[in-house]
Amino acid sequence: MTASDAASAPTPPDPTTMSEEVAVTKAPLVEAPADTVAGEVVLRLTDVVKTFPGVRALDGVQLEVRAGEVHCLLGQNGAGKSTLIKVLSGVHRPDSGDVYWRGEPATFANPQAAMRAGIATIYQELDLVEDLSVAENAFLGHEPRRLGFVRRGQMARRTRQILGRLGHPEIPPGRMVRALPAAGKQIVSMARALSHEARLIIMDEPSAVLAHDEVGNLFRIIRELTAQGIAVIYISHRLEEIREIGDRVTVLKDGRTTAANLPARETPTRDLVSRMTGRSIEYVFPDRPAAEPDGAELLRVDGLTRAGEFADVSLTVRAGEIVGIAGLVGSGRSELLETIFGARRAQAGTVRMGGRALRPGSVGAAVRAGMGMAPEERKSQALLLGEPIYRNVTLATFGRYARLGFTDTGRERAEADRIADSLELRPRDVRRPVRTLSGGNQQKVVVGRWLLGDTRLLLLDEPTRGVDVGARAELYQVIRALAARGVGVLLVSSEVPEVLGLADRVLVMREGRVVREAPAGELDENTVLDLVMAGSLMEGAPA
Amino acid sequence: MSEMTPTATSARADLPAPSPPVDPAETAAKADAARRLSWWRGDGGEGVRRNLGLIGVLVVLIVIGILTRPDLYGDSNWVWDNILTILKLASVVGVVTVGMTFVIIGGGIDLSVGAIVALAGVWATTVATQSYGAGGMVFAALTVGLAVGLVNGVLISYGRLVPFIATLAVLVAARGLAAEISDKQTQVSSNTFINGIASNKLLGIPLLVYILAAVVAAGWVLLNRTTFGRRTVAVGGNPEAARLAGINVRRHTLLLYALSGLCCGIAAIMLTAQANSAQAAMANLYELDAIAAAIIGGTLLSGGRGTIIGSLLGVIIFSTITNLFAINGLSTEAQNMVKGGIIVAAVLVQQVQFRSLTQFLGRNRATTT
Repeated sequence: MTASDAASAPTPPDPTTMSEEVAVTKAPLVEAPADTVAGEVVLRLTDVVKTFPGVRALDGVQLEVRAGEVHCLLGQNGAGKSTLIKVLSGVHRPDSGDVYWRGEPATFANPQAAMRAGIATIYQELDLVEDLSVAENAFLGHEPRRLGFVRRGQMARRTRQILGRLGHPEIPPGRMVRALPAAGKQIVSMARALSHEARLIIMDEPSAVLAHDEVGNLFRIIRELTAQGIAVIYISHRLEEIREIGDRVTVLKDGRTTAANLPARETPTRDLVSRMTGRSIEYVFPDRPAAEPDGAELLRVDGLTRAGEFADVSLTVRAGEIVGIAGLVGSGRSELLETIFGARRAQAGTVRMGGRALRPGSVGAAVRAGMGMAPEERKSQALLLGEPIYRNVTLATFGRYARLGFTDTGRERAEADRIADSLELRPRDVRRPVRTLSGGNQQKVVVGRWLLGDTRLLLLDEPTRGVDVGARAELYQVIRALAARGVGVLLVSSEVPEVLGLADRVLVMREGRVVREAPAGELDENTVLDLVMAGSLMEGAPA
Repeated sequence: MSEMTPTATSARADLPAPSPPVDPAETAAKADAARRLSWWRGDGGEGVRRNLGLIGVLVVLIVIGILTRPDLYGDSNWVWDNILTILKLASVVGVVTVGMTFVIIGGGIDLSVGAIVALAGVWATTVATQSYGAGGMVFAALTVGLAVGLVNGVLISYGRLVPFIATLAVLVAARGLAAEISDKQTQVSSNTFINGIASNKLLGIPLLVYILAAVVAAGWVLLNRTTFGRRTVAVGGNPEAARLAGINVRRHTLLLYALSGLCCGIAAIMLTAQANSAQAAMANLYELDAIAAAIIGGTLLSGGRGTIIGSLLGVIIFSTITNLFAINGLSTEAQNMVKGGIIVAAVLVQQVQFRSLTQFLGRNRATTT
């Protein structure tokens, strides 16, 4: 299935949650007029697919980059940006789809090949050798040499030239990179790209490591590069930067291009954000119970604070209630969840379960009090990938089935079988390694883990990220069914429709603070999007 | 660890979605069948295959022995004696390797094992300790081993030192302390019971081999049948996931190093018995032998995977090579070169196996979806 098929799938939008202009489901793939930017097309990707065991990281990516333009790539964490960069820079090879580089079909066998072809990548964690000089870093791996000896003079001279081209002749080529500030290191990374005669430079969140006033300098350099006909793929979460430096924007979501070649300055912010976060397909949410949940108060959080992450957050969750937190990446929502669970220690504030204060910074205490959490990063935070499914399901409870410290694997397997049946896990054999499951089934394993214990409150961080459509609906059913049995659920999602469709009550977080709390029925998607985006993300941007 | 009542379980049996009523007898029968299966099969299909490969290596080594010294192998008495010689040779390092295997599976490394053996041995053979008799000596060795292991554990889990650095520091310090206590002298053990551990046999088999067998059996049960073992795999395989599942990762890490230290204490008694003495330089480079044996046995150096049987086979392979060189009258230097080659070969083979396994799984997925 191609991206345009998916985007134009004839599913009726829900009028209560979606307005016309953000109805991604209805709109076909957006193509701006071809003459937006002058210059030949240097890079074209069509229907690029890349799968890893258990996850479809790229699922039909379209991308067109022209010489001399700044092409912005927009997407949430997990949308596939990193995988796309790795495909372009020769780290991964696509499973299917076409990559055209300067008109010729191309696959890059390794990063060196991509670099030779003229594609340079500046990664977020700058890949510089701290204890080598500026010149040595710029020419790392392709030092000018004669008879095996590095021609240091020539290398220094050429480095000086390149630094001059970048507008930074003041950086001495002999200086150790360690001694440079972050902005200087970035210049060295760019110098390396230019030392390869790059025609396309990919910059992965280059502004993330810079102070505010250094960003202006970065933009000046980017403009000089593009004036020389070099194409730049610019990745950033910050919309105001995209407005300022970008020419065209391509938006990725769940490994697909949801919008291509939008004009960077004119496209309304709401449009961009909804394409980033909005659903690409209508999901079926289970019905809410007729009566409002009136269970006993389960969780009470008062004035919880962690400097730089979130401040003064107070919330409650009742038994049988689903509380959703809406917010973008960086709003502090995941950090909040982890702090409630004791995986981070709060600097101020209290967490109470059933009226009793929990020891801060202790996951054990939270689990004993009846909390369970499905963290944001399934693979790195929740699963033992090489271990059998049943051992992952019983990871939090195997001690309960043990007698005198001896595990009872038969019992564990029977319990895991039960969970697998009720969650319709596929494949069904619980002795298979978790690694072999799809993203949705892996998520079922993580959720199922907490169904075994006496979990009274479930914390779900992006429960449907990387989960395919069918499994999503199943997960929603599971979450609602849990609530119907009296389990409280605190759900974090960057997909506003998911929060609105699933939760009974919604908190909107922005920059570490709760800016709105209301029953889900009283909010619509536009209101939430406005709240989520207001502030820094919107500043200077036309609404 | 609270025990759950059967009723509590069945109450949750249909938690997420109401499922059609299941015949309880049928469920019980299924669980029963699963339990029976687990006795002979376990879950380590991959590990079992790997261990079969190690046994293959052992067979090859024995065949080489037969080919090079057919005269000796013609004598069945000699063959039996030689097997016991190999096992005896493997016994001390084997005990240390069991502890090391736990530490490595748990995501760490213990470089101090040889030094702990030496310190425990020296402590157990001071005049003062020997005056308490065999019991006092054993108690001293085990306590010293456990205590130094705890020091490692505290430094790593609560002091947040990198295991490599912490245990390297303890290695140096423990050797120093052993030299200090023994005044750099060889301390002769005059306790006939202790010395008898190395020389006495039961049913024709040396006591040292029984000790190895007991430690290996205990280690196997601990790793495969207890919550301690399960936590070890979880902590080494994905510490963050273990932590977020409510496992106390730090305390468990501490216990792993304590266990390794305890194994060193046991090994100290065995080694002291073999030499009838102890000195600060004893058990030199045992850490390398133990790490190498564990790695050859299929323990992943990054943690989360490994088997006790594999480690045991690794130790036995090493002592078989030593024996092979000895019966052919070859030098230790040549022997060490072969050992080095075997370590590299074993790791290469494992990498290939692992890669083909993941490829297979990848293909499998592609066809099912």
